[in-house]
Amino acid sequence: MRRADFDPVSIEIFNKQLKKATLFVLAVFGVLILRLWFLQVVTGPTYRTKSEKNRIRVVDIPPFRGLILDRNGKVLVDNHPSYDLYVIPEEVHDEKWLLDNLVKMVGIDPVVAEKKFAQARHYPFRPVCLKNSISRDELAVIETHRFNLPGIMIKVSSQRCYVYGKLASHLLGYLGEISENQLKGGDCQGSKAGDLVGISGVELKWQSLLNGMRGGEQVEVDAAGRKIRVISRSPPVMGSTVLLTIDKDLQAQAEKCLKGKKGAIVALDPNDGEVLALASSPSFDPNIFIKGIDKKSWETIISSKSCPLQNRALCGQYPPASVFKIIVALAGLEEGVINPRKELFCKGIYAFGDRKYRCWKRYGHGKVDLYKALKESCDIYFYEIGKRLGISRIALYAKKFGLGKKTGIDIGKEEEGLIPTPEWKLNRFHIPWQPGETLSLSIGQSFLLVTPIQMASLISAVFNGGHLYKPQITKQVLMPDGKEVYGFEPRLNGNVGIKDEYLEFIKKALTGVVNEPHGTGRMAMLKDVTVAGKTGTAQVIATEKEREAAKHGKTSLHFMNHAWFVAVAPANNPKIALAILIEHGGHGGSAAAPIARELIRTYLKVDGS
Amino acid sequence: MFDRRLIQNFDWILFFLILAITAISILNLYSATYTIKDIGGSQIFAKQLYWFMIGFFFFFIMATFNYFILERLAYPIYFVSVVLLIIVLVVGKITSGSQRWLSLGPVSFQPSEVAKIAVLMVLAKFFRDQYQSGHKEYELKELWQPFLLTGIPCCLILKEPDLGTAVLIGVMSLSLILFAKVYWKSLLILATSAIALTPLIWFNLKEYQQMRVLTFFRPDMDPLGSGYHINQSKIAIGSGLIWGKGFLKGTQTRLHFLPEQHTDFAFSVLAEEWGFIGGVVLLTLYLLLILWGLNIARESKDRFGSFMAVGIVSIVFWQVVINVGMVTGLFPVVGIPLLLFSYGGSSLVSTMAAMGLLMNISMRRFMFQQGS
Repeated sequence: MRRADFDPVSIEIFNKQLKKATLFVLAVFGVLILRLWFLQVVTGPTYRTKSEKNRIRVVDIPPFRGLILDRNGKVLVDNHPSYDLYVIPEEVHDEKWLLDNLVKMVGIDPVVAEKKFAQARHYPFRPVCLKNSISRDELAVIETHRFNLPGIMIKVSSQRCYVYGKLASHLLGYLGEISENQLKGGDCQGSKAGDLVGISGVELKWQSLLNGMRGGEQVEVDAAGRKIRVISRSPPVMGSTVLLTIDKDLQAQAEKCLKGKKGAIVALDPNDGEVLALASSPSFDPNIFIKGIDKKSWETIISSKSCPLQNRALCGQYPPASVFKIIVALAGLEEGVINPRKELFCKGIYAFGDRKYRCWKRYGHGKVDLYKALKESCDIYFYEIGKRLGISRIALYAKKFGLGKKTGIDIGKEEEGLIPTPEWKLNRFHIPWQPGETLSLSIGQSFLLVTPIQMASLISAVFNGGHLYKPQITKQVLMPDGKEVYGFEPRLNGNVGIKDEYLEFIKKALTGVVNEPHGTGRMAMLKDVTVAGKTGTAQVIATEKEREAAKHGKTSLHFMNHAWFVAVAPANNPKIALAILIEHGGHGGSAAAPIARELIRTYLKVDGS
Repeated sequence: MFDRRLIQNFDWILFFLILAITAISILNLYSATYTIKDIGGSQIFAKQLYWFMIGFFFFFIMATFNYFILERLAYPIYFVSVVLLIIVLVVGKITSGSQRWLSLGPVSFQPSEVAKIAVLMVLAKFFRDQYQSGHKEYELKELWQPFLLTGIPCCLILKEPDLGTAVLIGVMSLSLILFAKVYWKSLLILATSAIALTPLIWFNLKEYQQMRVLTFFRPDMDPLGSGYHINQSKIAIGSGLIWGKGFLKGTQTRLHFLPEQHTDFAFSVLAEEWGFIGGVVLLTLYLLLILWGLNIARESKDRFGSFMAVGIVSIVFWQVVINVGMVTGLFPVVGIPLLLFSYGGSSLVSTMAAMGLLMNISMRRFMFQQGS
């Protein structure tokens, strides 16, 4: 048994404290009961009237999502009114009759509608949405029969509209219902379950600014749920307007050129990294996500072999092929391992170790110097430079030109590509690096992987004095009152660190590629503008026979090579830099170069031929 | 060894008070969820009955063992509860924005509820130890331990974030400390320093944080959120008049104008349907429960028991005052349910456990030797 704790003095103190506590409790409860008296007896009748006659509700006013414009102020993404069909269960007299009619008029699913009705019965005054965004014809039918359809109402809401459908879909992104994680995270403040938020692209990148702020009204409604008066209102704030660096016409032209093909096009302003166009094919129409995509269509999109949701310009990784020769040539010059004027003899075959490495031109180019090697894309010459440089120096220069890491473009997912090194190969495959692989690497094959955006950034750097700019897509973000919240500023990813004279040399050679006889890129030539560029034909692992068969459409396209073309125009005063990739397109010079020509013509507004 | 006197000393008054509140609660909950019963209302009602059963199970468990052992276990239990609070922050389940739940196999619970009782125990132990070394009145600097013991779990709970429980633990500790008797001078210092610190904290807050605090005190500044809730609650309560609209006849309730009508705003449903009379009856039951709890504290011959009883009573008191004050528009909106009355399993079970502890103390009030 335990000893009792209290000595008499202590008990006295303790009881005194208890008495104080009791008094305090009694006093506070007195206040609570007085409060109840006041609410229920003194002012009660007023509240009784309020509860009987008028009722107060909160009505949401969703904000208008900000517009997205191109660099010239053309609207790419807009909001359109959407007419939604609602029903107020309390006002419906004959549910079955009404549903039958609605099925006939607007083609709602009777099973779904009945279920909605059943749930709605417990909130009889709350409108229930039966069908989102009915068509204008359906709207007309409903309006003419309105008097016959008690309880039916049409609510107008604002719906996201991608004005040009598929145009720039990868770049603009799309909207989807807010996820639970986003609701909890701080990014989507003021959003509610069921709200649409940006899922990818610009819509995601600028979600918080585009979204605006939800407003609301506290309104008095009568017993039927009709609004009597607005008690207080906090107006919604419209989302900010986002201006892109994209040129809508160029973008449209780029997508037209890619139609029916798989591939990507990136156009940059070489002087500051502004993205003028960024296209990836196949693409998708972001409007389908707005009306609510059904499971089946979603699965078709997701499981499609051609991956329409993938942005190939940022995430497609391909061997750069002969485009890489630009880097190898510059590395050779900078490291002093070649004399540009010294000639080599190409007989179509280069013996190295116990293997023979071939030039793409079977019987050789004859005498070649660096200029001719670039212009005609002689592989033999570059095997030689590659051998002299060695793998580590090639990898170093590839890195200097921004390969093997993300460009940091301000939207979307982006892949890094890959610069293979002996250490990497040992790690990955547990096989040592073969010296012959250095040769393959020096013509851009082997394990080397790049993305189209990296190639566009590379060719820009060659023509702008060696600056690697971070590609950016946002020119300006403006608040509804016109205040700028974000403005474009060129950002450098680094400098390639090559002497100007070498860059000048390459520029000249690349001009030759397009404009001189025997150049591989002659199909990009324009009369009024000097185009410079480099072709590339990335080998897809296949036998010669399979490739021939593919060319004649006998077997699958998958054995055909990827076609590359990078270009700049005008060569002496660059305004646009392009990287074009056509998957399984065949030769760069024939499949990709003509596209460059079209795009330069569109952008610089010059005549063809 | 089980003493027969324990059964003789079973506190029937305490038991019947709890039973009475519980019965009204179930009736009220039935009405509150009556209209939504096709889509889960009856489940809510049945679930609460089931929770009451579990609650009574814990009630009897907490009443049977001799509470003296808690004095020895106070610090270990406290330590475990703090660890649980840390764990919940790392791996806890996230529901509607805060991380409060911890799962043990099929059972989930809120560690903050365990922490509430743990803090109560360590403070009771602290004051008993102080008493045994002859302390009768306290200066501020002698109280650093209770402040620290309260502060740690409170901060962790605030981080979840669960403002309601943190506030509750805070006011409970403060009540205990004040009850233990603090020198007037110390009280004055405490109050003035709190007032002096306020502007300092205020001007360090970001604008949106200031806004939040302002709407906390003045819900009318947020007419679409808490202001709306309070307005609807006041209409519900006020329209009940003296005798109420009758069982299952509350229009505010039936038409779903009341937010959270089965949880935080359950009292409003009662006041609408049973009027002033119903509200006063329920408040009187709570008042009797509190006064009876204070009586248990007085009759216990053991400081540890007395302090625990006072602590439990203060939890009941503050929860009732904050909740009823909120739904009647006296206080700002804090999400605190009305104990034994609102729907909610975790808080119900922990309340019943605390009531069991009170019963434990009450049953053992005569088991002492006379002190010298």
